[in-house]
Amino acid sequence: MKKSILKFARKPRIVSTYSVVGHLEKEGPLGECFDEYCKDDKFGKESWEKAESEMQRRALCGALKKSGFIDTELDILLAGDLLNQCIGSNYALSNFDTGFLGLYGACSTCSEGLLIGSCLYGGGVINSCAVVTSSHYCSSERQFRFPLEYGGQRAPTAQWTTTGAGAFILGDSGRVEICEALVGKVIDKGINDINNMGAAMAPAAINTLKRYFLESEKSVSDFDLIITGDLGFEGSEILKDLLLDEGIDIRKNHVDCGLMVFEREKQDVHAGGSGCGCSAIVMASNIIPNLEGKTIKDVLFLGTGALMSPMSLSQGGTIPAVAHLVRLKSVN
Amino acid sequence: MNEKEYGEYVEKRAKKSPIIKNCVFAFLIGGAICTLGQGFFHLYTHFGMEETDARTLVSITLIFLASLLTGLGVFDNIARIAGAGTLVPITGFSNAVSSQAIDTKSEGYILGVGAKIFTIAGPVILYGTVSGAIYGVIYYFACLIWGAK
Repeated sequence: MKKSILKFARKPRIVSTYSVVGHLEKEGPLGECFDEYCKDDKFGKESWEKAESEMQRRALCGALKKSGFIDTELDILLAGDLLNQCIGSNYALSNFDTGFLGLYGACSTCSEGLLIGSCLYGGGVINSCAVVTSSHYCSSERQFRFPLEYGGQRAPTAQWTTTGAGAFILGDSGRVEICEALVGKVIDKGINDINNMGAAMAPAAINTLKRYFLESEKSVSDFDLIITGDLGFEGSEILKDLLLDEGIDIRKNHVDCGLMVFEREKQDVHAGGSGCGCSAIVMASNIIPNLEGKTIKDVLFLGTGALMSPMSLSQGGTIPAVAHLVRLKSVN
Repeated sequence: MNEKEYGEYVEKRAKKSPIIKNCVFAFLIGGAICTLGQGFFHLYTHFGMEETDARTLVSITLIFLASLLTGLGVFDNIARIAGAGTLVPITGFSNAVSSQAIDTKSEGYILGVGAKIFTIAGPVILYGTVSGAIYGVIYYFACLIWGAK
């Protein structure tokens, strides 16, 4: 069988993380964990798009400061967001004096960045890099759905784009390492409902997880957590149910970043959070600190992205999805 | 599971919008908006306005109020509960135009507001006008055949 799992001889460590969020995320269950937030979500800027860039800039500055690196010491920047041409990242990172690669993987961008950074580091091509991703409710809503003040009702299965940016510095030091990764395949199960992206993404997560377990010969119980980001409520339930049908029971150790970041009912976010920033801020503020503190030791992180284009959808197209896996372990 | 089976599985398990609750709120709030309109109508005719003029002014008043509430950031909060109650009366049309205007302001007055203001309301304007024209033609020939009433 063809081997798909990427194993790194030289394993990158997570030197530092930093998270910047909006007010709704701050009011959520992880509110205390985030490094920085802005009350009005505008981050002192005049447009939502600029606010998103500012969030990303602050996240990278914060992570750099924590790591002790300066930007010129980093070998490469890997960043992405949801906006056309990844403009959020382009503006944010024009302030830094380092080579830049823009990424688009919708909500999977965070895992995609960690995966690519690990490959480059693992292959000895670079010695350090930064991964930054962001999403902003207001800029995404404008691009993908309706104007912000438009009065409409959301479907119960719709997800809420998270306002937040997370940054990770990869390098030689740190107490968490990335030891394996698996690149996701594009899976299209014919879902075309913009209000049920969890259903579009779940099959991609199932495909990646099954491939990982089959090839690695590991089982669910070998991991403290299996983290998806972000299937939301609907997608998580589909993932758990369909995997159970195939004899893989992840119900006990599955968590979803979209469900962790908000209190779904109370904050009226329907099926939970989504967006490039969602898994980034949850990983940066909660999962990685827990790995550093050894409350958890070995986790699988599956970034799931709904590769949705409003134009393709209006032409009768579907929503393909992808899920990239990275395995993170705590080390001494 | 093939695409069709998966589609059916997803459809079956997806939580549906609470239709009865939404209908009740739409009825109550939509009804309240119409009652308010009727109130304005009585007010305007009370001050001596012609009925046709008063009707037009009622529409203008409701459009103004909906736009004002949109600008104040209140309309979407009401609409989240009211649903069709705010969408179906002329208030929904007003909100669709003014919310788009607010959103596109950052892209400039020509290519932003000017070009995109009717993105959501456009279909209503286009097909409203077209169906109005078709109705007019039918009415014209109906009058010719059966005589004007």
